[in-house]
Amino acid sequence: MKKLLLTLLLMPFLATPLVVSASESISLDKAPIDAADHESLQRGARTFVNYCLNCHSANYMRYNRLLEIGLTEKQIKDNLMLAGEKIGDTMKVAISKKDAAKWFGAAPPDLSVEVRARGADWVYTYMRGFYRDSSRATGWNNTVFDKVGMPHVLYELQGEQELNHETHTLKLVKPGKLSVEEYDVLVGDLTNFMAYMAEPAKHQRNQLGWFVLLFLGVLLVLTCKLKKAYWKEIH
Amino acid sequence: MSDNQNDNQQADSQKRECSQVDLDKRNFLIATSAVGALGCAAVAVPFVKSMTPSERAKAAGAPVEVDISKIEPGTMMTAEWRGQPVWIINRTDEMTAELAKHDDQLSDPASEVTSQQPEYCKNESRSLKPNLAVVVGICTHLGCSPSEKLQRGGDMGEGWTGGFFCPCHGSKFDLAGRVFKGSPAPINLVVPPHKYLSENLLLIGVDTEEKA
Amino acid sequence: MTDKNKSALSSALNDGLNWVDARFPLTSNVKAHLTEYYAPKNFNFWYFFGSLALLVLVLQILTGIFLTMHYKPDADLAFGSVEYIMRDVPWGWLIRYMHSTGASMFFVVVYLHMFRGIIYGSYRTPRELIWLFGVAIFLVLMGEAFFGYLLPWGQMSYWGAQVIVNLFSAIPFIGPDVSEWLRGDYLVSDATLNRFFAFHVIALPFVLVGLVVAHLIALHEVGSNNPDGIEIKKLKDKKTGFPLDGIPFHPYYTVKDLVGVSVFLIVFSAIIFFAPEMGGYFLEANNFVPADPLKTPAHIAPVWYFTPYYSILRAVPPILNSQFPGVAAMGLSVVAFAFLPWLDKSPVKSIRYRGMLYKQWLVAFVISFLVLGYLGTVPSNIWGQFGAWMGGADRATVVARIFTVVYFLFFVLMPWYTKKDKTKPMPERVTG
Repeated sequence: MKKLLLTLLLMPFLATPLVVSASESISLDKAPIDAADHESLQRGARTFVNYCLNCHSANYMRYNRLLEIGLTEKQIKDNLMLAGEKIGDTMKVAISKKDAAKWFGAAPPDLSVEVRARGADWVYTYMRGFYRDSSRATGWNNTVFDKVGMPHVLYELQGEQELNHETHTLKLVKPGKLSVEEYDVLVGDLTNFMAYMAEPAKHQRNQLGWFVLLFLGVLLVLTCKLKKAYWKEIH
Repeated sequence: MSDNQNDNQQADSQKRECSQVDLDKRNFLIATSAVGALGCAAVAVPFVKSMTPSERAKAAGAPVEVDISKIEPGTMMTAEWRGQPVWIINRTDEMTAELAKHDDQLSDPASEVTSQQPEYCKNESRSLKPNLAVVVGICTHLGCSPSEKLQRGGDMGEGWTGGFFCPCHGSKFDLAGRVFKGSPAPINLVVPPHKYLSENLLLIGVDTEEKA
Repeated sequence: MTDKNKSALSSALNDGLNWVDARFPLTSNVKAHLTEYYAPKNFNFWYFFGSLALLVLVLQILTGIFLTMHYKPDADLAFGSVEYIMRDVPWGWLIRYMHSTGASMFFVVVYLHMFRGIIYGSYRTPRELIWLFGVAIFLVLMGEAFFGYLLPWGQMSYWGAQVIVNLFSAIPFIGPDVSEWLRGDYLVSDATLNRFFAFHVIALPFVLVGLVVAHLIALHEVGSNNPDGIEIKKLKDKKTGFPLDGIPFHPYYTVKDLVGVSVFLIVFSAIIFFAPEMGGYFLEANNFVPADPLKTPAHIAPVWYFTPYYSILRAVPPILNSQFPGVAAMGLSVVAFAFLPWLDKSPVKSIRYRGMLYKQWLVAFVISFLVLGYLGTVPSNIWGQFGAWMGGADRATVVARIFTVVYFLFFVLMPWYTKKDKTKPMPERVTG
C-alpha cells in the first residue's frame, strides 16, 4: 500500500517525455546531433539535396539559409541548386503531389520539420533500418516503419540487409559502396542536417539563452536587495 | 533599564537605520530601474525587428536579372522589381542627342536630388550606358505609373520630344525620367541600383559586387 | 541641476498632475489601488502568483498581437504561416515560443494561484465574488487555450478540436446540431479555423481582460486575505485608520513582486531558450505534422493542463449508450470550484488552523488531480489489464475511476468534514 502511494506521488515526475510512440517496441539508436558541426551539416545538406529532394520537398527551408552553416552563395548555387532557382527560393520538388501519390501510394511528406515530428533518433534509425522483403511491392521494408511506402534510396551506398525475424536484428547480406561505419556517418550527417533544418534558429536560441539567464540572474540579485532595503522597515 | 530609556535608544537606532535604509533604497532603486529598463529595451528589439521585411519578402525583393537583347532601338520593356515596374528604354542616338537640348524646361536637369539616382547615374543621360535608360516607372507625385510617349509629337503636341506622361495628374518626364517644369511631380523619376552582368544581361536591385 | 531648477520642475509636474486630476481621478486611483491599498504584511510566496498571472496575460496579449501580423487563419496556409514565423520572420521564433510557453505557464501560475486560494480559504466570506470572477477567468482561459490550440493546424490541433467539439454531440437531443453549428461544417475545417481565430484573438481576450478587471476591483473592495485567514480590517490604528497588520501595496509589495517576477522570468526563459517543447508537454511532436482529416494519429491527448478533466471524461462509462454522463462529469469537475464558498463550513479559513481531517481530504484531492492529470496524457492501456476477476478492465481506467470518485467526494463531502474537523483557535493578529 505504501509503495503504491509512493508511486502515485512520484508519478508526475516519472512521466516520460511524450515522444511519438509510433514504434514503441523498437529501440531507437541515438543520432549524432551537433548543430555546431558545420562540416557535418554541409555533408548532410549535400546528401539531402542529392537523394531526398528528388521526391521530398522542404518547402519552408530557403537555400540562402545555408549560408549559416558555412557555405558560400556560390557553393550553394553550384552544388545544391538546380538551374533557374533563386538563392532565396525554398527547397521545392518538381513532381506534383498527385503524381507522387499515384506512384508511391502516398505523397512523400514535406521534410522541413520531419525531425520535430518524429525525432532525430527515429530518422537516424529509419534510414539505417531498410531490409529486403519480397512481399512488398518495392521489395523493401523497414524495422521502424513497417510496410513503408518508400523504397531504399540509399541502397547503392548501404547495400542490402536482411531481417532475422526471430532475433529482430538486421544483417548485411550484400555490401554497398560504403562500409557500415561510413554509411552510419553519412546517415548521421543527414540526420544532423535534417535536425538543423527542422529548427534553424535552435543553435542561436541556445546560445542567446545563456546571456538572457545571466542577465536575469543579475536582475534577481538586484530585486532581492531592493526588496530587503524596503522591507527592513516592516517588523 | 527603564521603559523610557529603552524607547529613546530604539528611536536613535531607528534614526540611524533609516538613513542607512534610505541610501540602500535609493541605490538599489536606481540599479534595478536601470537594469530593468535595459531588459525592457532588449525585449523590445525582437518585437520591433519582427516587423521588418521577412526572409520571404527579401527573397521576393531580391535583385532580378533581365535579358535586354530583345529591346529594339526606340522601344522599351518593363521588368518587375520589388513589385514595381522598372522601365528599360533603348534610346536611339537621336533620342539621346535630344536630352541635352531642353535643360531650361526641366526642374532638375543635372540630377541634383541625390535620392533619385545612384551616384554613377548622375550624368546627362542618367544611365550607365548612354542609350539604355533604367527607370522605376512610378510617378514621384502620388505613385501612379506614367504612360509611355516615346515618340515625338503625337497626341502630346508639337513641341514633345519623347518621354512619359502621367495620366493621373499630368506630370511630364523626358526620356531620362527627368520631370518637366510645371508638372505636379516635384522631382525626377527614380533610377534603381543596377549593373550589367554581360552585354545583354541587366541586374536590377544591386550595384556593387555581391557580398559572399 | 540647481535647487531652483529642481523646484521649478517639481512645481511644473505638480501643475500637470493637478490638471489631470481635475479631469480624471488619477491620484485618487493610485492611492486606492497602490499607495493606500493596505495588504496584510504576512504574504508568503504563494501570493506571487496573482501578479504573475497578470504578467503572463500581458505577455500573451503582446506576443499574440505580433503573431497575428504574420499568421494566416486559413486551412491551406495556417501550418505554413507558423513555420514562416519560426524561420522567415526576424525573431519570429522567439515571439512564437514566448506565446506557446506562455500558454502553459499561464496554467501553471493560475493553478498555483487557485491552490493558494483553497489552502488559505480566500474564497470565503466576504470574498465569494472574487472567487467567482476567478473561476470565470479560469473557464474563459480554458476556452482561450482550446481555440488557440487549433491555430497551428497540426495533427494534434486538428484532432483535439475534433474530439472536443464532438463532446457537444453527447448533449441529448440538440447535441449533433450544436457540434455542427460550432464547426460550421461537417468536420473541423477552414470555417472552424477561421472562427476559432476570431474567438481566440478578439472575443475571449476582451472577456478575459474584463473579468480580470472585475476580479481586481472586487479584491480591492474587500481587501486581500492572508495565510492566517484573519481579517486585518478588524484591527485598525486609532490615529490613522489604517489596518495594524497592513502595509501599503506600493512600495512594499511592488518591490516584493519584482522578486517573484525575476524568478518567474528565469524559469520562463529557461524553457523558451532550452526546452520550448518541454518533452512534448508544451509543444507536441505530432503537431509538427500538418492536419490531415483522413488520418488520426495513433495516440491523441489534450495538452497537459486539460488532462485531469479529460481523464474524468474517459473514466465515466457510457450510461444507456450515452456519452453524456462523462461529458457532464467533466464539465462538473471544472465548475465544482465555483461552489467552494458555500461548501466550506469550517469556522476557520486557513489551513494553518484546520484539523487533520480537512488536511487528509485536501491531500487526497491533490493526489487525485495529479494522478488524473498524468493518466490523461497516456493511453488507457498503459498499465495493462486486470485479470478475468475484474472483467479484464484496463488497470489505468479503474485507477482513474477511483480517483474521479475521490475528486468529487472532496467537494461533495466538504460540508460534512469541514464541520466535523477539529480546528485550532485563530490568533488575533497575523503571524510571521
